[in-house]
Amino acid sequence: MPTGSSDLIAALSEICGREFVLEHRHELATYRSDGLLHYSQTPVAAVLPGTTEQVARVVRACYDAGVPWVARGAGTGLSGGALPAADGILIVLSRLRRIISIDLDDARVVVQPGVTNLAVSRAVSPTHFYPPDPSSQIVCSIGGNVAENSGGAHCFKYGFTTNYVVGLEVVLSDGSIVSLERDAPGYDLLGAFVGSEGTLGVATEIALRVIPAPESVRTMLAFFADTGSAGDAVTAIVDAGIMPGAIEMMDKLSIEAAEAATGAGYRRDAGAALIIELDGPREECIVGLERLTQLCGEAAALDVRIAQSEAERELMWRTRKAAFASMGRIAPAYYVQDGVIPRTRLAEVLRRIDELAGEYDLRVANVFHAGDGNLHPLVCYDSSREGEAERAEELSGLIVKTCVDAGGSITGEHGVGVDKKAYMPSMFAEPDLDAFQRLRCAFDPRGLANPGKVMPTPRLCGEVPGPYRQHPLERAGVAERF
Amino acid sequence: MVTATRHAPATFEEAAAALAAASAEGQTVRIVGSGTKRNWGRPGIEADLELRTSGLDRIVEHNAGDLTATLEAGVPLALAQRTFAAAGQMLALDPPLTPEPGPTIGGVVATADSGPLRHRYGTPRDLVVGATVALSDGTVARAGGKVIKNVAGYDIAKLFAGSFGTLGLLLSVNVRLHPLHETSATALGAATDPDRIAGASVALSAFPGEFEALDVAWRDGRGDLLARCAGPQAARRAQRTVKLMRDLGLQEVDVTDEDAQLWERQRAGQRSTDQAVVRVAAAPGRLAEVLRATDGCAGTLVGRVALGSSYISIEPAAIGELRGALSPLRGHAQVLDAPPAARADSDPWGDVSAPALEVMRRVKERFDPSATCNPGLFVGDI
Repeated sequence: MPTGSSDLIAALSEICGREFVLEHRHELATYRSDGLLHYSQTPVAAVLPGTTEQVARVVRACYDAGVPWVARGAGTGLSGGALPAADGILIVLSRLRRIISIDLDDARVVVQPGVTNLAVSRAVSPTHFYPPDPSSQIVCSIGGNVAENSGGAHCFKYGFTTNYVVGLEVVLSDGSIVSLERDAPGYDLLGAFVGSEGTLGVATEIALRVIPAPESVRTMLAFFADTGSAGDAVTAIVDAGIMPGAIEMMDKLSIEAAEAATGAGYRRDAGAALIIELDGPREECIVGLERLTQLCGEAAALDVRIAQSEAERELMWRTRKAAFASMGRIAPAYYVQDGVIPRTRLAEVLRRIDELAGEYDLRVANVFHAGDGNLHPLVCYDSSREGEAERAEELSGLIVKTCVDAGGSITGEHGVGVDKKAYMPSMFAEPDLDAFQRLRCAFDPRGLANPGKVMPTPRLCGEVPGPYRQHPLERAGVAERF
Repeated sequence: MVTATRHAPATFEEAAAALAAASAEGQTVRIVGSGTKRNWGRPGIEADLELRTSGLDRIVEHNAGDLTATLEAGVPLALAQRTFAAAGQMLALDPPLTPEPGPTIGGVVATADSGPLRHRYGTPRDLVVGATVALSDGTVARAGGKVIKNVAGYDIAKLFAGSFGTLGLLLSVNVRLHPLHETSATALGAATDPDRIAGASVALSAFPGEFEALDVAWRDGRGDLLARCAGPQAARRAQRTVKLMRDLGLQEVDVTDEDAQLWERQRAGQRSTDQAVVRVAAAPGRLAEVLRATDGCAGTLVGRVALGSSYISIEPAAIGELRGALSPLRGHAQVLDAPPAARADSDPWGDVSAPALEVMRRVKERFDPSATCNPGLFVGDI
């Protein structure tokens, strides 16, 4: 254990209460990983503060001791963003789980970071809802959503977490507290903070905008012979100016696994399935559904089914949402990727992934948000077979590279974390990374907030560069420097 | 008064070099697009160099199938919209326009300007998915990407949106587009009682009408609520909205599909050549108080009711009184257009919390340590 850490532990115990500071290995086991189990690290200690004030004092104590820290929500992340630092503290936010206020006249909900994503929609149901809906929404935390700028199936139409956060209370890395508001004058620090993966501070209160729940929701499931024709259907839909609430695609392998798990009646002979959900005013849904059915038919759909009840709709979605979890029926393990490509490049990228999978003699299932080109290739492997895990990791990397080469991104919603930081240079050049580092240093000059995440190599902040220059306001006689 | 040297670089490299040279010489730079919002913010300092974006005027890409586009900063917004419209698409940003060429996309993003479409689609920061910027040390950096969904790296584009050119020069932006619907229809209803208008606006905001825009216009003791529907079934939906408006006690309820003029008037209400325009952010549920405060200052108002975002036009002398009347709402009141005398008299930005301002100063220091870009224009002493 690093020297001085017993002082820090004592300080943390004094702040939060002894029972909320965990030091022993067996107590810390749960906290060694987030949703990516192949990264694990035991922190010096995990602390569970109960109030904003305690969070601020914990962060301050770490600052004074020069000890890094990592914040953790529900630990469901898929980029290792909550992976603890071996020489640091893990700040677990699960005790901050109150919904502080709900105001439907203002369409505003204020929550603590530990509140689950689904709880927000439930709190404002049935008249309103909270659109960002990651598949893990039953358990994932709003604080985590803020860190990653989470999306979900409905984000092509409705946007992402960053479009719905209207206020934040943030504890900065020096333990000070700052309130950020969407319409406040000055820089959009709020916009810079959402999606910053816990590296600029920790949000202890989040104000969210909610919107009216759509009047009508119609869900359709269409099967195609292959992903190419399913992709053509998506193109036709987008070209027709239709903006479905969600368009999800599953390939043959993922259909097999998910159908085995849920028995929902997905066609196993299909090469691809599209779940298309239209939502909005009922007149638009009625007309839109007819148009969609027509377009799918024109794209040679094998079969088009329309959910006739909420139960049927729920079953269609359950299969999609069970896709990751059900992969266990196909293979003992998988690497999940989160690459994004321009939707128009879909067919060619999927073909390339198939080619690569063939070259590597591995199976890759694909489940993805077809509307915005956010793929989730699941690279399956069995680590009991020699070299297979390594090949799977290599193949994963090539898939990410394929996405970037096609003009896309290394991550659409899971975040960079530790898992994808090595790919950052494939997307960003040195000046770009330098700009990121400037932002990070403005917030956290000592580099204590979630170090080792996002940036590919560790960087120091140092002093602000450049020789002393007389500030223009000084020169103009408008200000004096003290 | 010495006139600033003017430079209109034609490439990113030229622009970055110009900034770096100015910084090295200890010079100040004023960044200008079309100059349609020169009178926003503090008066600032007479800059040594005026850097214009008129040479960065290429529509680099329009990927209709992907609903994305890349625009250099000097592209006039109106021109970009015509290009997108030809493919049945739009950039969902409709700030007031001045006569052609009108405001540039760089200027609209840098000032975070918006119009009635903000109701459904947000402000520039919600529509920009990536940006290329030049910093005062000559760095050219790219953030974000060209795809709508992307969380790789930090959101520098959001930082630059609304930064009034104080962090560096926006060279180009990648934007996401939306379908442009051919048919639209607007439902209107009126009332003279601020509480009735406010009650109706709350109900309309909660109604799942999927409105493109939901606005109020308040002048001379009368308020009009406007709800715009767009899509194949726009007319039917507007009719249903009209019925709701009647149920909410609004008068002179009507529907029109010739609604372009109505919305043009809403946008026009956001600018003034002789009065002061104050942009107010307040809780949507407190619209009645905002309307009363407007009346108290003999002003007129247009705004997005579901968001609590209003533009109040008043005599410049009444700015202080308006801010005082609005202070119980604990929102924000920022002066946009104002005659020069008024700008010299009061701080256009309004209150910024000290801790937030401290972070902003640190951001400014990291991105523009030589304080080259648009000094003295922004909040605090940035």
